[in-house]
Amino acid sequence: MTMFSARNWREYPQRYRLEAVKFKKSGKTYFPPRQVDPETGDTEREMVVLPDTGKILTYTVIRTPGPMFKDLAPYALAIAELTDGTRLMAQVTDCDVDAIKIGMEVRLEFRRVQSEGASGVLSYGYKFVPKWY
Amino acid sequence: MREVYVVGVGMSEWGEIWQKSIRDLFVDAARAAISNAGVDRLDSLYVGCMSGGLFVGQEHIGALMADYLGMRGLPAVRVESACASGGMAFRQAFLEVASGASDVVMASGVEKMTDVSGDGCTDALATAADQEYEVFHGATFPGLYAMMAHAHMARYGTTREMLSAVAAKNHRNGAKNPVAQYPFEITAEAVSKSVMVADPLRILDCSPITDGAAAVIVTTKEVAQKLKRPYIKVLGSAIGTDSIALAQRADITTIKSATIATEKALKMAGKAIGDIRFAEVHDCFTIAEIMVAESIGKFAPGKAGEAILSCETSLEGKFPINPSGGLKSKGHPVGATGVAQIVEVYKQLTGQAENGRQIPKSPTLGMAQNMGGSGASSVVHVLEVAG
Repeated sequence: MTMFSARNWREYPQRYRLEAVKFKKSGKTYFPPRQVDPETGDTEREMVVLPDTGKILTYTVIRTPGPMFKDLAPYALAIAELTDGTRLMAQVTDCDVDAIKIGMEVRLEFRRVQSEGASGVLSYGYKFVPKWY
Repeated sequence: MREVYVVGVGMSEWGEIWQKSIRDLFVDAARAAISNAGVDRLDSLYVGCMSGGLFVGQEHIGALMADYLGMRGLPAVRVESACASGGMAFRQAFLEVASGASDVVMASGVEKMTDVSGDGCTDALATAADQEYEVFHGATFPGLYAMMAHAHMARYGTTREMLSAVAAKNHRNGAKNPVAQYPFEITAEAVSKSVMVADPLRILDCSPITDGAAAVIVTTKEVAQKLKRPYIKVLGSAIGTDSIALAQRADITTIKSATIATEKALKMAGKAIGDIRFAEVHDCFTIAEIMVAESIGKFAPGKAGEAILSCETSLEGKFPINPSGGLKSKGHPVGATGVAQIVEVYKQLTGQAENGRQIPKSPTLGMAQNMGGSGASSVVHVLEVAG
């Protein structure tokens, strides 16, 4: 799916800086940010920055990708739980895809996620790398 | 609310139907349903369609289909909830008849998926996932269900053999279904050896890309009785939702939307899951059937795989699942699937399942569970034999 620049730019706080929200009542952090706490209905919240380490909860290795990711396949995709309990999905890179396991410790790093053809923008964001890397 | 009945069903051809457009597919199914029910009019039309816009560049599906059915002027609207669009369209028809607003309503679903390339299809289907936080990172639908599968395997010890047993069982049923896209048997071994798509899911764990349509006539008891055709009663109808992004769910080894919808539909029906004799469920991937069989409360978490391996969910088993062949063998034209599930439940309850596909001992109570995306929406119907 072609990402036009405003759509890409709008997500910079999350993709570049891991900005999340923490709700006052529940103390729960959500990523990406949202206006209403789904558990309490609370709307009072503050911006927090996510921790950059966590553990893989589940993963897959995509061998048949969509058109935007053809050059990368096979690539690993995982959901990790960060040290503050928030969860997010990202690719796992800089390691052998067959070495990835549930429970593996990972760190978030700033990487290029998509590069479009002819005249599209480059889209940057975060990927997981092995924590020890 | 008024009592609501289903009195006639119809399907188009299902498969790679190159010679037919989205409108032809719809009209084939709609005319078959009208003729099967013997109705001489419709009061309104719902069309489930996930993405006419991306698959064939066509929105405004409701009016288009009413026109091509030869019923210009008919109230008609398209309903969308990703792969649950068909089930949701059926629920809208149910509500319209239950409310007293209309007496004869068509619930239909259609998808034309082979007018785009494989890449175009992958892109269109991926719109049912979180674009900014899943698809942006390279998630595909097999990939999302693969992540659920890994988590389910790690937590409950679910095995490759269990996944393969789902596909083999559904193909055994689908081999007897005249509309099935892949009406042949496959061995569990063949599934286990098929090419890897997204670990641990292989190509034969996945439902196919399909063109097709399905339609049913939803009506009142008075109309159903007058028509003198077999009819069934809609006892319960409910929707459940959950976060669209997998990472946001409390537990990714279960489909919470299916649990919510099933509990509400059963409560409405005044039934328990133990009363239900068989189910059509949304097996877009083999792991989905295992997770849904648990999420609807039929099997304890982590126990459905064993039950499927031991043939408990086969056609002759205690609780047949997907007697139609499921999405796996019958095909999965996404917007039509939920309506086709109702067609199968209708056939099973009225004793009309073809080619030895009939569940033994005349079942009287069945259910259909249809879901969207990686399970962010589910719609469940409980249906009972009536006349």
